[in-house]
Amino acid sequence: MSAVAPEFYLALAGFLFTVGVVGVLVRRNAIVIFMFVELMLNAVNLTFVTFARVRGQIDGQVLVFFVLVVAAAEVVVGLAIIVAIFRRRASANVDGVSLLRW
Amino acid sequence: MNIEMVVFGVTFVVALGSALAMLFARNAVHAALFLVAVQLALAVAFLLQGAYFIAAIQVIVYAGAIMVLFLFVIMLLGVDRREVLIESLPAQRGLAVGLGALLTAEIIYIAFKGIAIVGDSNAPALEALNEDPGNVEALARALFSRYLLPFEVTSVLLVVAVVGAMVLTRRIAAPAPPTHPVAALQGDQAPDSGTGRPQREEVPA
Repeated sequence: MSAVAPEFYLALAGFLFTVGVVGVLVRRNAIVIFMFVELMLNAVNLTFVTFARVRGQIDGQVLVFFVLVVAAAEVVVGLAIIVAIFRRRASANVDGVSLLRW
Repeated sequence: MNIEMVVFGVTFVVALGSALAMLFARNAVHAALFLVAVQLALAVAFLLQGAYFIAAIQVIVYAGAIMVLFLFVIMLLGVDRREVLIESLPAQRGLAVGLGALLTAEIIYIAFKGIAIVGDSNAPALEALNEDPGNVEALARALFSRYLLPFEVTSVLLVVAVVGAMVLTRRIAAPAPPTHPVAALQGDQAPDSGTGRPQREEVPA
């Protein structure tokens, strides 16, 4: 199959996940934050596929399937919330939505 | 030098470079296009590891459908809208990068340590599975036998998500809201831009 050792795929997934975490913490646009969440989900998918290869079982790939479905549902609901907030506030900045903050 | 190593190297560079470019992209559309590049690179990584069906799904659903949805919403909310660059929590940016570097180090350490313990001696099993029933058939057998209940539950999840999105974005016609959507779209500058302080809305009586 692949001549590349699985460690390197996991390292790539780790890098991508970290970029996603930093992006969520640093960026202020709600849509861009959502994209970084997608990036983290993609990194996790890569670890699932890598471990499916390491274990020699197909189950990891089935889990990627479910992650995909949940990601699609999450994007639909999340973008709907962003559009609803934008209609009220004319801004997608997450710092503005702080009414419930203690 | 194996050809697969070359392909993996290109995939690694493209994925990581696009992710970092996404971090520094000022424009949301550019960030979305870089995310498409990351997802296509990951599809190549899936192909290299024998996950052929997942790679196809990755291109069709993620890089296709989900990203079109993102771009649609970006266009709906206005493309030329710039992100507010003034940080309301000044220490957060440096702290995020520092802790992110720490997280990377941890993940890579665990990955190398863990694989060294587990080993990948079972890798030929997946190769045989891809040969004998085929990747799609093996996936379908697992999905429709052992994972049948989660599979059915996801259908409920999708229906709930669709109904929820419709309810959330529905416009209520009869009492006009304080900020009409058209007026909100015409006002180009966000009212709370710059200061980062929350601005109170008119509380409906």
